[in-house]
Amino acid sequence: MTLVIRGGTVVDQNGEQEADVKISEDGSILEIDKNLKGDQELDASGCVVTAGFVDLHSHLREPGQEDAETIQTGSRGGALGGYTALVAMPNTTPTMDCLAVIDQVRGLGQESICEVIPTAAMTVDRKGEQMAPMGELVDAGVGIFTDDGNGLQDPRLMRRIMEYSTGLTHRLGRPIILAQHCEIEALSCGGYMHEGAWSSRLGIPGQPAEAEELMVSRDIALVRLTGAHMHFQHLSTAGSVEMVRKAKEEGLPVTAEATTHHFSLTDAACASYDPVFKVHPPLRTDEDVKAVKAGLADGTIDAIATDHAPHTDHSKEKSFSEAPPGMLGLQTAFSITLEESGLDIHQIFSLMSWRPAVIAGIADRHGMTVSPGSRANLCVIDLNETWTVSGKSMASLSSNTPYEGRRLRGYVRHTIQAGEAVVIDGEAQR
Amino acid sequence: MNQSPSKSLLSIEGMTKHELEEILELTDTFDEIGRRPIPKVPALRGRTVATLFFEDSTRTRLSFETAARRLSADTMSFSAGSSSLSKGESIRDTVEVIEAYGADLLVVRHPAAGTAQRIDNWTNASVINAGDGCHEHPTQALLDAYTLRKHKGSLEGLRIAIVGDILHSRVARSDVLAFSMLGAEVVLVAPPTLLPPSIEGWPVEISYNLDEILPTIDVCYLLRVQNERINEGLIPSVREYVTDYGLNVKRASTLPKDALICHPGPTNRGIEIEAAVAADPRSVILDQVANGVSIRMAILFLLLGSGRNLMEDADVEVNQ
Repeated sequence: MTLVIRGGTVVDQNGEQEADVKISEDGSILEIDKNLKGDQELDASGCVVTAGFVDLHSHLREPGQEDAETIQTGSRGGALGGYTALVAMPNTTPTMDCLAVIDQVRGLGQESICEVIPTAAMTVDRKGEQMAPMGELVDAGVGIFTDDGNGLQDPRLMRRIMEYSTGLTHRLGRPIILAQHCEIEALSCGGYMHEGAWSSRLGIPGQPAEAEELMVSRDIALVRLTGAHMHFQHLSTAGSVEMVRKAKEEGLPVTAEATTHHFSLTDAACASYDPVFKVHPPLRTDEDVKAVKAGLADGTIDAIATDHAPHTDHSKEKSFSEAPPGMLGLQTAFSITLEESGLDIHQIFSLMSWRPAVIAGIADRHGMTVSPGSRANLCVIDLNETWTVSGKSMASLSSNTPYEGRRLRGYVRHTIQAGEAVVIDGEAQR
Repeated sequence: MNQSPSKSLLSIEGMTKHELEEILELTDTFDEIGRRPIPKVPALRGRTVATLFFEDSTRTRLSFETAARRLSADTMSFSAGSSSLSKGESIRDTVEVIEAYGADLLVVRHPAAGTAQRIDNWTNASVINAGDGCHEHPTQALLDAYTLRKHKGSLEGLRIAIVGDILHSRVARSDVLAFSMLGAEVVLVAPPTLLPPSIEGWPVEISYNLDEILPTIDVCYLLRVQNERINEGLIPSVREYVTDYGLNVKRASTLPKDALICHPGPTNRGIEIEAAVAADPRSVILDQVANGVSIRMAILFLLLGSGRNLMEDADVEVNQ
């Protein structure tokens, strides 16, 4: 059965053209032309047709917290947000630090409507004490290692992991990516929001920007020492962006991501004391938001990630300091980026699909040009249609969106996962 | 006040000068009731005031309960230690249970900033913030302002130093806002490690030199300095704090003769205040405690009362 996406504007690395896209039964693009016919047809009139998005930073909560999210529901949210691949963070219970759990996540991913790329913890149980069995995990195809949620505090162990990873490059066929949540806990501990004028006024203990920046600085130095590839997760401060910019100018193998919330919200949002605005790293100042946007625009930051972090209503019905950090992102990321980033559509697709696909090691099937022979992982978006954010009506089992009630532009009409129309007219098909 | 007018008292921030003055003026009436032979009126008969304390307290809790009883309200009380919270029940569950028992007003103290505001969003009952983490303690600021007003006539033009652990003090945050709104100038005196990371927008001056400030002020408001601040690396030792910032007899002698010495309690005698200074005639620390009941009667009445005529003497009824 062939599928045709009819009447849209194809946007990819090579430019734009008005054309239909014909997809074969085996899930690859057959033809790009006008007036194509297929067994199944999707209307894309008024829409752009582009490569599906790749999220470098999703918390899918399974195994361990299936009341907040499952791989199935998280993938559904992802597909509704235009994603075709989600890089799953390893802070599950048990931790994704061994083959058994990686296999479980991968298996559940295969039954879901996004491709799920498991990461593995750098250290056993993300405790920052003992290196995870990286060789074994690399042989099983894991290309990204992270203790996300915890930055690796011990500089000596970090150095060892970096060195060790460089010896595994030939086994993976590309450099191992070490992804760091940058936060020096001795400086941040006891802080629940950004430290500054707002935290002082609200009486909520803060954590200074320097808690993030000191680890970014440390890891850049260690990259220089070891030659390992470091990916900086969710950069949130002006200082961090500037350090990564300098490191790239120096030619160091570093990449970075920023989340949608770090360029669309500030610490002023915490004035409601609603823990839906509690997140790590915390929402920062206007100046930091500007710096993150500048980093996205000039290429310092390689990817827009979600840090999609579902939490049940029950767990968020606490005081700001007691509630767990994290917010939903998959279904709002594109629209928020369109509204808030100030970037053009080519820059946005590059940051949400083309470049993160390379970092995730899946550029052979995601973030590809929309051309014959490419894998059909696509999304179809109406850039002008608006919709209203409602946590309760999202696919996630949780509803902790910080954008509740916002009316946003950019509606994902269809999503094609490996040739299958998994979202049609804004409805997940399974 | 904040949120819907007159439903709740959550913070001094967001209140107007007029609202503060209204409470202070009404407090005179309740002060008078408190000095009657039988200090009780039927103003809140049939209403229920619940105290929800997720953190220890002596003064605040007792004064709210005393205030509620003097207004003939029924009271119920909840403490975190002895409750289902230790069985994993959430704050919201707890609030719903207490509301189901018929509480009209919740007096909330919690170690985390913003909790009273959160609870206010979840309940139809009135909420009074009796201290939320390091954020605010609005009824303390009102009783402080009332005490100063009683002794000085007005706060207009007063120069008030707040000395001690400002960083962790909800009293300081509320006092700064209330005192400055009522026309006083405020100086915060503390080592930099015990000040908030940013005082951007705060109507205060800062000093690290208590000796220089003391002769210039009308009120010296001392805050408690806790031993755990040393473990947190904020000050080198209690001894060094006492040397630089403790109000001893010698320092107190440099205060103007008509200056007042305040402390929200409980005092650490020998640390922020020398025992002999606590007994100085200029000390109004016990007045603050007594005024705490009157101010809380006024606030309960404003939030729950249905008319001022209910404040008439209730001797007959009470004697039955």
